Amino acid sequence: MHSSPPFGLSLSKARVSASARRATIPLLFLLLALLLLALAPAAGAQSFPKFNDSGVIDAANLLDPAQEQALSQKLIAQKRASGRALVVATIPDLQGYDIADYGYRLGRAWGIGDKQDQGALLIVAPADRKVRIEVGYGLEGILTDALSSQIIRRDITPRFKAGDMAGGINAGVDSLSSLLALPPDEARAQAAKAEADARRQDDGGGAIIAFWIVLFVVFFVALPLLSRMRGGRRYRSGGIGSPPIIIWGPGSGSGGWGSGGGWGGSDGGGFSGGGFSGGGGFGGGGASGDW
Amino acid sequence: MPVPRHLRIALLPLTAAFALSACGINSVPTAEEAAKAKWADVQAQYQRRANLIDNIVATVKAAGKQEQDTLTRVTEARAKATSVQINADDLSDPAKVAQYQAAQAQLGQGIGRLLATVEAYPDLKTNENFLQLQSQLEGTENRIAVAIRDYNGAVQDYNTRIRTFPDAIGAKLIHGAKPMTPFQAVTPGAEEAPKVDFGN
Repeated sequence: MHSSPPFGLSLSKARVSASARRATIPLLFLLLALLLLALAPAAGAQSFPKFNDSGVIDAANLLDPAQEQALSQKLIAQKRASGRALVVATIPDLQGYDIADYGYRLGRAWGIGDKQDQGALLIVAPADRKVRIEVGYGLEGILTDALSSQIIRRDITPRFKAGDMAGGINAGVDSLSSLLALPPDEARAQAAKAEADARRQDDGGGAIIAFWIVLFVVFFVALPLLSRMRGGRRYRSGGIGSPPIIIWGPGSGSGGWGSGGGWGGSDGGGFSGGGFSGGGGFGGGGASGDW
Repeated sequence: MPVPRHLRIALLPLTAAFALSACGINSVPTAEEAAKAKWADVQAQYQRRANLIDNIVATVKAAGKQEQDTLTRVTEARAKATSVQINADDLSDPAKVAQYQAAQAQLGQGIGRLLATVEAYPDLKTNENFLQLQSQLEGTENRIAVAIRDYNGAVQDYNTRIRTFPDAIGAKLIHGAKPMTPFQAVTPGAEEAPKVDFGN
Protein backbone atom coordinates (compact mmCIF):
# COMPACT_ATOMS: atom_id res chain seq x y z
CA MET A 1 0.00 0.00 0.00
CA HIS A 2 1.02 3.56 -0.55
CA SER A 3 1.85 5.31 2.64
CA SER A 4 1.01 8.80 1.32
CA PRO A 5 -1.46 10.53 3.59
CA PRO A 6 -4.84 11.27 2.05
CA PHE A 7 -4.56 15.00 2.79
CA GLY A 8 -1.12 15.69 1.42
CA LEU A 9 0.16 18.50 -0.77
CA SER A 10 -1.28 18.82 -4.18
CA LEU A 11 2.11 17.77 -5.50
CA SER A 12 2.10 14.50 -3.57
CA LYS A 13 -1.51 13.99 -4.56
CA ALA A 14 -0.50 14.29 -8.16
CA ARG A 15 2.31 11.85 -7.56
CA VAL A 16 -0.07 9.44 -5.88
CA SER A 17 -2.54 9.56 -8.70
CA ALA A 18 0.24 9.11 -11.22
CA SER A 19 1.61 6.12 -9.38
CA ALA A 20 -1.91 4.87 -8.90
CA ARG A 21 -2.42 5.10 -12.63
CA ARG A 22 0.84 3.28 -13.17
CA ALA A 23 -0.33 0.63 -10.77
CA THR A 24 -3.74 0.46 -12.43
CA ILE A 25 -2.45 -0.81 -15.73
CA PRO A 26 -0.74 -3.96 -14.37
CA LEU A 27 -3.73 -4.35 -12.08
CA LEU A 28 -6.03 -4.31 -15.09
CA PHE A 29 -3.87 -6.88 -16.81
CA LEU A 30 -3.98 -8.99 -13.69
CA LEU A 31 -7.75 -8.72 -13.56
CA LEU A 32 -7.96 -9.59 -17.24
CA ALA A 33 -5.75 -12.60 -16.70
CA LEU A 34 -7.86 -13.68 -13.75
CA LEU A 35 -10.98 -13.23 -15.84
CA LEU A 36 -9.50 -15.36 -18.60
CA LEU A 37 -8.55 -17.98 -16.06
CA ALA A 38 -12.08 -17.93 -14.70
CA LEU A 39 -13.53 -18.21 -18.17
CA ALA A 40 -11.16 -20.85 -19.45
CA PRO A 41 -12.69 -23.84 -17.64
CA ALA A 42 -16.16 -22.73 -18.70
CA ALA A 43 -15.10 -22.46 -22.32
CA GLY A 44 -13.34 -25.79 -22.49
CA ALA A 45 -14.74 -27.74 -19.59
CA GLN A 46 -13.67 -31.03 -21.12
CA SER A 47 -10.10 -31.80 -21.91
CA PHE A 48 -9.51 -34.39 -24.57
CA PRO A 49 -6.52 -36.59 -25.20
CA LYS A 50 -4.22 -35.27 -27.90
CA PHE A 51 -5.25 -36.45 -31.35
CA ASN A 52 -2.77 -38.14 -33.62
CA ASP A 53 -3.37 -39.29 -37.13
CA SER A 54 -2.60 -42.95 -36.55
CA GLY A 55 -6.27 -43.65 -35.94
CA VAL A 56 -5.60 -45.19 -32.53
CA ILE A 57 -5.52 -42.83 -29.58
CA ASP A 58 -4.89 -45.22 -26.73
CA ALA A 59 -4.89 -42.73 -23.87
CA ALA A 60 -6.00 -45.39 -21.39
CA ASN A 61 -3.21 -47.79 -22.44
CA LEU A 62 -5.38 -50.79 -23.17
CA LEU A 63 -3.22 -52.01 -26.06
CA ASP A 64 0.42 -52.96 -26.20
CA PRO A 65 2.54 -51.25 -28.90
CA ALA A 66 2.32 -54.18 -31.32
CA GLN A 67 -1.46 -54.38 -31.04
CA GLU A 68 -1.70 -50.63 -31.39
CA GLN A 69 0.37 -50.61 -34.55
CA ALA A 70 -1.57 -53.48 -36.09
CA LEU A 71 -4.84 -51.75 -35.30
CA SER A 72 -3.55 -48.48 -36.70
CA GLN A 73 -2.59 -50.18 -39.96
CA LYS A 74 -6.00 -51.78 -40.13
CA LEU A 75 -7.72 -48.44 -39.61
CA ILE A 76 -5.55 -46.62 -42.14
CA ALA A 77 -6.20 -49.34 -44.71
CA GLN A 78 -9.90 -49.09 -43.95
CA LYS A 79 -9.85 -45.33 -44.42
CA ARG A 80 -7.99 -45.66 -47.68
CA ALA A 81 -10.38 -48.26 -49.01
CA SER A 82 -13.66 -46.67 -48.03
CA GLY A 83 -12.80 -43.00 -47.59
CA ARG A 84 -14.65 -43.14 -44.28
CA ALA A 85 -12.75 -42.44 -41.11
CA LEU A 86 -12.97 -44.85 -38.20
CA VAL A 87 -10.93 -43.91 -35.15
CA VAL A 88 -10.41 -45.84 -31.91
CA ALA A 89 -10.07 -43.85 -28.72
CA THR A 90 -9.56 -45.16 -25.21
CA ILE A 91 -10.31 -42.58 -22.56
CA PRO A 92 -8.90 -42.96 -19.06
CA ASP A 93 -11.38 -40.53 -17.51
CA LEU A 94 -14.74 -39.28 -18.77
CA GLN A 95 -14.55 -36.42 -16.25
CA GLY A 96 -17.99 -37.19 -14.97
CA TYR A 97 -19.67 -36.86 -18.34
CA ASP A 98 -21.98 -39.38 -19.87
CA ILE A 99 -20.04 -41.22 -22.57
CA ALA A 100 -22.53 -40.07 -25.23
CA ASP A 101 -22.08 -36.48 -24.12
CA TYR A 102 -18.32 -36.87 -24.09
CA GLY A 103 -18.24 -38.73 -27.40
CA TYR A 104 -19.84 -36.23 -29.71
CA ARG A 105 -17.71 -33.43 -28.30
CA LEU A 106 -14.63 -35.57 -28.79
CA GLY A 107 -15.59 -36.18 -32.41
CA ARG A 108 -16.11 -32.48 -32.94
CA ALA A 109 -12.93 -31.50 -31.12
CA TRP A 110 -10.83 -33.93 -33.16
CA GLY A 111 -12.70 -33.21 -36.37
CA ILE A 112 -13.09 -36.86 -37.24
CA GLY A 113 -14.37 -37.48 -40.74
CA ASP A 114 -14.25 -35.64 -44.03
CA LYS A 115 -16.20 -32.80 -45.57
CA GLN A 116 -19.25 -35.04 -45.73
CA ASP A 117 -18.82 -35.83 -42.03
CA GLN A 118 -18.17 -39.47 -42.80
CA GLY A 119 -16.47 -40.32 -39.56
CA ALA A 120 -17.02 -42.64 -36.64
CA LEU A 121 -15.36 -43.21 -33.29
CA LEU A 122 -15.09 -46.31 -31.17
CA ILE A 123 -14.68 -44.97 -27.65
CA VAL A 124 -13.70 -47.18 -24.74
CA ALA A 125 -13.68 -45.83 -21.20
CA PRO A 126 -12.33 -48.67 -19.05
CA ALA A 127 -12.53 -46.79 -15.75
CA ASP A 128 -16.24 -46.15 -16.27
CA ARG A 129 -16.74 -49.54 -17.97
CA LYS A 130 -18.47 -47.81 -20.88
CA VAL A 131 -18.08 -48.24 -24.59
CA ARG A 132 -19.60 -46.14 -27.34
CA ILE A 133 -19.76 -46.02 -31.10
CA GLU A 134 -20.08 -42.36 -32.02
CA VAL A 135 -21.32 -41.79 -35.55
CA GLY A 136 -20.87 -38.62 -37.61
CA TYR A 137 -23.74 -37.11 -39.57
CA GLY A 138 -22.47 -38.50 -42.87
CA LEU A 139 -22.49 -42.10 -41.63
CA GLU A 140 -25.75 -42.10 -39.69
CA GLY A 141 -27.46 -43.89 -42.55
CA ILE A 142 -24.85 -46.67 -42.59
CA LEU A 143 -23.95 -47.09 -38.94
CA THR A 144 -27.45 -46.78 -37.58
CA ASP A 145 -28.08 -46.70 -33.85
CA ALA A 146 -29.50 -50.22 -33.99
CA LEU A 147 -26.49 -51.64 -35.86
CA SER A 148 -24.06 -49.82 -33.58
CA SER A 149 -25.84 -51.18 -30.56
CA GLN A 150 -25.80 -54.67 -32.05
CA ILE A 151 -22.04 -54.51 -32.63
CA ILE A 152 -21.50 -53.39 -29.05
CA ARG A 153 -23.73 -56.10 -27.62
CA ARG A 154 -22.53 -58.95 -29.85
CA ASP A 155 -18.88 -58.24 -30.60
CA ILE A 156 -17.50 -55.92 -28.01
CA THR A 157 -18.98 -56.23 -24.54
CA PRO A 158 -18.84 -60.06 -24.33
CA ARG A 159 -15.06 -59.87 -24.88
CA PHE A 160 -14.69 -56.93 -22.53
CA LYS A 161 -16.55 -58.89 -19.88
CA ALA A 162 -14.02 -61.68 -20.31
CA GLY A 163 -11.22 -59.14 -19.85
CA ASP A 164 -10.08 -59.27 -23.49
CA MET A 165 -9.91 -55.54 -24.23
CA ALA A 166 -7.80 -55.80 -27.38
CA GLY A 167 -9.99 -58.61 -28.72
CA GLY A 168 -13.16 -56.61 -28.12
CA ILE A 169 -11.77 -53.51 -29.77
CA ASN A 170 -10.54 -55.48 -32.78
CA ALA A 171 -13.82 -57.36 -33.16
CA GLY A 172 -15.69 -54.08 -33.02
CA VAL A 173 -13.38 -52.49 -35.57
CA ASP A 174 -13.77 -55.48 -37.90
CA SER A 175 -17.56 -55.33 -37.74
CA LEU A 176 -17.60 -51.58 -38.22
CA SER A 177 -15.13 -51.83 -41.11
CA SER A 178 -17.28 -54.39 -42.90
CA LEU A 179 -20.22 -51.99 -42.65
CA LEU A 180 -18.12 -49.05 -43.78
CA ALA A 181 -16.55 -50.90 -46.69
CA LEU A 182 -17.55 -49.94 -50.19
CA PRO A 183 -17.11 -51.72 -53.49
CA PRO A 184 -13.71 -50.43 -54.72
CA ASP A 185 -14.97 -48.70 -57.85
CA GLU A 186 -17.68 -46.98 -55.87
CA ALA A 187 -15.09 -45.86 -53.36
CA ARG A 188 -12.92 -44.43 -56.15
CA ALA A 189 -15.86 -42.66 -57.73
CA GLN A 190 -16.83 -41.20 -54.40
CA ALA A 191 -13.32 -39.99 -53.66
CA ALA A 192 -13.19 -38.29 -57.05
CA LYS A 193 -16.59 -36.75 -56.47
CA ALA A 194 -15.62 -35.50 -53.06
CA GLU A 195 -12.63 -33.72 -54.54
CA ALA A 196 -14.62 -32.23 -57.36
CA ASP A 197 -17.44 -31.08 -55.16
CA ALA A 198 -17.39 -27.54 -54.08
CA ARG A 199 -16.66 -27.34 -50.42
CA ARG A 200 -19.75 -27.58 -48.35
CA GLN A 201 -20.96 -24.29 -46.97
CA ASP A 202 -21.84 -24.35 -43.33
CA ASP A 203 -24.18 -21.41 -43.29
CA GLY A 204 -25.70 -18.59 -45.26
CA GLY A 205 -22.68 -16.41 -44.55
CA GLY A 206 -20.81 -17.85 -47.50
CA ALA A 207 -23.54 -16.88 -49.93
CA ILE A 208 -23.65 -13.34 -48.60
CA ILE A 209 -19.88 -12.98 -48.83
CA ALA A 210 -19.95 -14.44 -52.30
CA PHE A 211 -22.60 -11.88 -53.26
CA TRP A 212 -20.38 -9.05 -52.08
CA ILE A 213 -17.40 -10.50 -53.87
CA VAL A 214 -19.33 -10.67 -57.11
CA LEU A 215 -20.52 -7.11 -56.57
CA PHE A 216 -17.00 -5.91 -55.87
CA VAL A 217 -15.61 -7.71 -58.85
CA VAL A 218 -18.29 -6.22 -61.10
CA PHE A 219 -17.79 -2.70 -59.78
CA PHE A 220 -14.08 -2.60 -59.28
CA VAL A 221 -12.77 -4.95 -61.90
CA ALA A 222 -15.21 -5.42 -64.72
CA LEU A 223 -16.53 -1.87 -64.95
CA PRO A 224 -13.14 -0.13 -64.77
CA LEU A 225 -11.82 -2.58 -67.31
CA LEU A 226 -14.76 -1.89 -69.57
CA SER A 227 -14.47 1.85 -69.18
CA ARG A 228 -10.76 1.63 -69.78
CA MET A 229 -11.31 -0.26 -72.99
CA ARG A 230 -14.11 2.04 -74.16
CA GLY A 231 -12.40 5.28 -73.28
CA GLY A 232 -9.07 4.08 -74.49
CA ARG A 233 -7.55 5.70 -71.41
CA ARG A 234 -4.48 4.19 -69.85
CA TYR A 235 -3.66 3.84 -66.22
CA ARG A 236 -0.57 2.89 -64.39
CA SER A 237 -0.14 -0.78 -63.93
CA GLY A 238 -1.11 -1.84 -60.42
CA GLY A 239 -3.93 0.67 -60.60
CA ILE A 240 -7.48 -0.06 -59.74
CA GLY A 241 -7.96 -3.06 -61.97
CA SER A 242 -5.52 -5.68 -60.91
CA PRO A 243 -5.36 -5.95 -57.09
CA PRO A 244 -8.91 -7.25 -56.63
CA ILE A 245 -8.23 -9.91 -59.21
CA ILE A 246 -5.23 -11.10 -57.27
CA ILE A 247 -6.92 -10.89 -53.92
CA TRP A 248 -10.30 -12.32 -54.70
CA GLY A 249 -9.71 -14.37 -57.78
CA PRO A 250 -8.65 -17.71 -56.24
CA GLY A 251 -11.20 -17.58 -53.45
CA SER A 252 -14.21 -16.86 -55.59
CA GLY A 253 -13.06 -19.49 -58.04
CA SER A 254 -13.08 -22.32 -55.56
CA GLY A 255 -16.08 -20.94 -53.70
CA GLY A 256 -14.58 -21.94 -50.38
CA TRP A 257 -15.36 -18.86 -48.38
CA GLY A 258 -18.15 -19.97 -46.14
CA SER A 259 -16.45 -22.63 -44.09
CA GLY A 260 -13.40 -21.33 -42.34
CA GLY A 261 -10.18 -23.24 -42.03
CA GLY A 262 -9.89 -26.92 -42.57
CA TRP A 263 -7.72 -26.88 -45.67
CA GLY A 264 -5.35 -29.21 -43.89
CA GLY A 265 -8.05 -31.81 -43.61
CA SER A 266 -5.97 -34.02 -45.87
CA ASP A 267 -8.84 -36.21 -46.95
CA GLY A 268 -8.42 -37.63 -50.40
CA GLY A 269 -4.73 -38.05 -50.92
CA GLY A 270 -1.55 -37.41 -49.03
CA PHE A 271 -1.85 -40.30 -46.61
CA SER A 272 1.16 -39.65 -44.49
CA GLY A 273 -1.06 -40.40 -41.55
CA GLY A 274 -4.53 -41.79 -41.83
CA GLY A 275 -6.21 -38.53 -42.81
CA PHE A 276 -8.82 -39.17 -40.18
CA SER A 277 -9.45 -35.55 -39.36
CA GLY A 278 -11.11 -32.97 -41.55
CA GLY A 279 -14.79 -33.06 -40.67
CA GLY A 280 -16.25 -33.23 -37.23
CA GLY A 281 -20.00 -33.08 -37.75
CA PHE A 282 -21.27 -35.19 -34.84
CA GLY A 283 -24.82 -34.96 -33.56
CA GLY A 284 -25.16 -37.76 -31.04
CA GLY A 285 -25.73 -40.66 -33.40
CA GLY A 286 -24.53 -44.13 -32.44
CA ALA A 287 -24.97 -46.33 -29.43
CA SER A 288 -23.48 -46.92 -26.00
CA GLY A 289 -23.02 -49.96 -23.87
CA ASP A 290 -21.38 -51.06 -20.67
CA TRP A 291 -19.84 -54.18 -19.29
CA MET B 1 -0.48 12.89 -55.14
CA PRO B 2 -3.98 13.46 -56.50
CA VAL B 3 -6.25 10.46 -56.21
CA PRO B 4 -7.95 9.71 -59.53
CA ARG B 5 -11.54 10.88 -59.45
CA HIS B 6 -13.10 7.54 -60.21
CA LEU B 7 -11.01 5.91 -57.50
CA ARG B 8 -12.57 8.25 -54.99
CA ILE B 9 -16.02 7.42 -56.30
CA ALA B 10 -15.19 3.76 -56.22
CA LEU B 11 -14.02 3.95 -52.62
CA LEU B 12 -17.30 5.45 -51.47
CA PRO B 13 -19.48 2.33 -51.78
CA LEU B 14 -16.57 0.25 -50.54
CA THR B 15 -16.36 2.28 -47.35
CA ALA B 16 -20.11 2.30 -47.02
CA ALA B 17 -20.23 -1.46 -47.42
CA PHE B 18 -17.64 -2.02 -44.74
CA ALA B 19 -19.32 0.48 -42.43
CA LEU B 20 -22.65 -1.25 -42.88
CA SER B 21 -21.28 -4.73 -42.46
CA ALA B 22 -19.56 -3.59 -39.29
CA CYS B 23 -22.90 -2.75 -37.71
CA GLY B 24 -24.46 -6.11 -38.26
CA ILE B 25 -26.25 -5.78 -41.58
CA ASN B 26 -25.00 -9.24 -42.52
CA SER B 27 -23.97 -10.84 -39.28
CA VAL B 28 -27.34 -10.41 -37.55
CA PRO B 29 -29.40 -12.28 -40.17
CA THR B 30 -26.60 -14.81 -40.48
CA ALA B 31 -26.76 -15.56 -36.77
CA GLU B 32 -30.55 -15.60 -36.91
CA GLU B 33 -30.61 -18.09 -39.76
CA ALA B 34 -28.05 -20.24 -37.97
CA ALA B 35 -30.27 -20.38 -34.89
CA LYS B 36 -33.32 -21.15 -37.02
CA ALA B 37 -31.47 -23.98 -38.73
CA LYS B 38 -30.52 -25.39 -35.34
CA TRP B 39 -34.15 -25.15 -34.32
CA ALA B 40 -35.11 -27.16 -37.38
CA ASP B 41 -32.68 -29.81 -36.15
CA VAL B 42 -34.35 -29.86 -32.74
CA GLN B 43 -37.77 -30.33 -34.32
CA ALA B 44 -36.48 -32.99 -36.69
CA GLN B 45 -35.04 -34.99 -33.80
CA TYR B 46 -38.24 -34.71 -31.79
CA GLN B 47 -40.16 -35.86 -34.86
CA ARG B 48 -37.78 -38.79 -35.13
CA ARG B 49 -38.60 -39.72 -31.56
CA ALA B 50 -42.33 -39.42 -32.23
CA ASN B 51 -41.98 -41.75 -35.22
CA LEU B 52 -40.12 -44.30 -33.12
CA ILE B 53 -42.82 -44.36 -30.46
CA ASP B 54 -45.33 -45.91 -32.86
CA ASN B 55 -42.95 -48.79 -33.44
CA ILE B 56 -42.27 -49.26 -29.75
CA VAL B 57 -45.96 -49.23 -28.88
CA ALA B 58 -46.62 -51.73 -31.67
CA THR B 59 -43.84 -54.01 -30.42
CA VAL B 60 -45.13 -53.96 -26.87
CA LYS B 61 -48.64 -54.67 -28.12
CA ALA B 62 -47.41 -57.46 -30.39
CA ALA B 63 -45.67 -59.07 -27.43
CA GLY B 64 -49.13 -59.30 -25.88
CA LYS B 65 -48.39 -57.14 -22.90
CA GLN B 66 -51.39 -55.86 -21.01
CA GLU B 67 -50.23 -52.32 -20.46
CA GLN B 68 -53.23 -50.63 -22.04
CA ASP B 69 -53.21 -47.66 -19.70
CA THR B 70 -49.56 -46.80 -20.27
CA LEU B 71 -49.78 -47.43 -24.00
CA THR B 72 -52.81 -45.18 -24.35
CA ARG B 73 -51.15 -42.42 -22.40
CA VAL B 74 -48.00 -42.57 -24.54
CA THR B 75 -50.03 -42.54 -27.73
CA GLU B 76 -52.03 -39.56 -26.52
CA ALA B 77 -48.92 -37.68 -25.46
CA ARG B 78 -47.42 -38.43 -28.84
CA ALA B 79 -50.45 -37.08 -30.68
CA LYS B 80 -50.36 -33.95 -28.56
CA ALA B 81 -46.63 -33.43 -28.97
CA THR B 82 -46.73 -33.77 -32.74
CA SER B 83 -49.64 -31.34 -32.97
CA VAL B 84 -47.58 -28.57 -31.34
CA GLN B 85 -45.12 -27.22 -33.86
CA ILE B 86 -43.27 -23.93 -33.86
CA ASN B 87 -42.65 -21.87 -36.92
CA ALA B 88 -39.06 -20.61 -36.94
CA ASP B 89 -40.39 -17.05 -36.91
CA ASP B 90 -42.14 -17.66 -33.58
CA LEU B 91 -38.93 -18.49 -31.75
CA SER B 92 -38.89 -15.02 -30.20
CA ASP B 93 -42.19 -15.84 -28.48
CA PRO B 94 -41.35 -17.49 -25.14
CA ALA B 95 -44.93 -18.68 -24.61
CA LYS B 96 -44.97 -20.75 -27.79
CA VAL B 97 -41.57 -22.24 -27.08
CA ALA B 98 -42.71 -23.11 -23.56
CA GLN B 99 -45.80 -24.81 -24.95
CA TYR B 100 -43.68 -26.93 -27.26
CA GLN B 101 -41.31 -27.80 -24.43
CA ALA B 102 -44.18 -28.86 -22.20
CA ALA B 103 -45.69 -31.11 -24.85
CA GLN B 104 -42.39 -32.80 -25.58
CA ALA B 105 -41.58 -33.17 -21.89
CA GLN B 106 -44.90 -34.91 -21.31
CA LEU B 107 -44.15 -37.32 -24.12
CA GLY B 108 -40.72 -37.94 -22.64
CA GLN B 109 -42.29 -38.86 -19.32
CA GLY B 110 -44.74 -41.16 -21.07
CA ILE B 111 -41.86 -42.97 -22.77
CA GLY B 112 -40.09 -43.27 -19.45
CA ARG B 113 -43.15 -44.91 -17.89
CA LEU B 114 -43.55 -47.28 -20.81
CA LEU B 115 -39.94 -48.40 -20.60
CA ALA B 116 -40.26 -48.84 -16.86
CA THR B 117 -43.20 -51.20 -17.32
CA VAL B 118 -41.30 -53.17 -19.95
CA GLU B 119 -38.66 -53.88 -17.31
CA ALA B 120 -41.16 -56.30 -15.76
CA TYR B 121 -41.14 -58.54 -18.86
CA PRO B 122 -37.84 -60.42 -19.29
CA ASP B 123 -38.85 -61.88 -22.65
CA LEU B 124 -39.52 -58.42 -24.07
CA LYS B 125 -36.33 -57.04 -22.59
CA THR B 126 -34.28 -59.59 -24.50
CA ASN B 127 -36.39 -59.39 -27.66
CA GLU B 128 -33.93 -58.38 -30.42
CA ASN B 129 -36.50 -56.21 -32.11
CA PHE B 130 -37.24 -54.37 -28.90
CA LEU B 131 -33.54 -53.98 -28.10
CA GLN B 132 -33.02 -52.36 -31.47
CA LEU B 133 -35.90 -49.99 -30.89
CA GLN B 134 -34.48 -49.15 -27.50
CA SER B 135 -31.07 -48.38 -28.97
CA GLN B 136 -32.72 -46.20 -31.60
CA LEU B 137 -34.66 -44.40 -28.91
CA GLU B 138 -31.53 -43.88 -26.89
CA GLY B 139 -29.70 -42.54 -29.95
CA THR B 140 -32.59 -40.22 -30.65
CA GLU B 141 -32.59 -38.89 -27.11
CA ASN B 142 -28.88 -38.22 -27.52
CA ARG B 143 -29.51 -36.41 -30.76
CA ILE B 144 -32.24 -34.33 -29.14
CA ALA B 145 -29.88 -33.36 -26.34
CA VAL B 146 -27.15 -32.40 -28.80
CA ALA B 147 -29.58 -30.50 -31.04
CA ILE B 148 -30.93 -28.54 -28.07
CA ARG B 149 -27.44 -27.70 -26.91
CA ASP B 150 -26.46 -26.54 -30.39
CA TYR B 151 -29.67 -24.53 -30.70
CA ASN B 152 -29.12 -22.85 -27.35
CA GLY B 153 -25.56 -22.03 -28.36
CA ALA B 154 -26.76 -20.46 -31.60
CA VAL B 155 -29.49 -18.52 -29.77
CA GLN B 156 -26.96 -17.24 -27.27
CA ASP B 157 -24.71 -16.14 -30.09
CA TYR B 158 -27.59 -14.37 -31.82
CA ASN B 159 -28.97 -12.74 -28.66
CA THR B 160 -25.53 -11.53 -27.64
CA ARG B 161 -24.93 -10.19 -31.11
CA ILE B 162 -28.12 -8.14 -31.29
CA ARG B 163 -27.49 -6.62 -27.87
CA THR B 164 -23.83 -5.74 -28.15
CA PHE B 165 -22.03 -3.00 -30.03
CA PRO B 166 -21.65 -2.58 -32.95
CA ASP B 167 -24.08 -5.16 -34.29
CA ALA B 168 -26.84 -3.82 -32.03
CA ILE B 169 -27.06 -0.73 -34.28
CA GLY B 170 -27.91 -2.69 -37.38
CA ALA B 171 -30.04 -5.14 -35.41
CA LYS B 172 -32.22 -2.32 -34.06
CA LEU B 173 -32.33 0.08 -36.97
CA ILE B 174 -32.34 -2.24 -39.96
CA HIS B 175 -33.57 -5.64 -38.85
CA GLY B 176 -35.73 -4.83 -35.83
CA ALA B 177 -34.29 -7.98 -34.29
CA LYS B 178 -35.97 -9.55 -31.27
CA PRO B 179 -34.17 -11.94 -28.92
CA MET B 180 -34.88 -15.63 -29.46
CA THR B 181 -35.92 -18.01 -26.72
CA PRO B 182 -33.49 -20.66 -25.59
CA PHE B 183 -34.86 -24.14 -24.96
CA GLN B 184 -35.02 -24.96 -21.27
CA ALA B 185 -36.30 -27.80 -19.24
CA VAL B 186 -39.67 -26.64 -17.97
CA THR B 187 -40.38 -29.59 -15.74
CA PRO B 188 -37.75 -31.14 -13.51
CA GLY B 189 -35.94 -33.90 -15.35
CA ALA B 190 -37.64 -33.16 -18.66
CA GLU B 191 -34.31 -33.05 -20.43
CA GLU B 192 -33.23 -36.34 -18.98
CA ALA B 193 -33.43 -39.21 -21.36
CA PRO B 194 -35.68 -41.99 -20.16
CA LYS B 195 -33.56 -44.64 -18.56
CA VAL B 196 -32.85 -47.25 -21.16
CA ASP B 197 -31.31 -50.37 -19.78
CA PHE B 198 -29.71 -52.73 -22.23
CA GLY B 199 -30.13 -55.49 -19.73
CA ASN B 200 -26.65 -56.91 -20.06
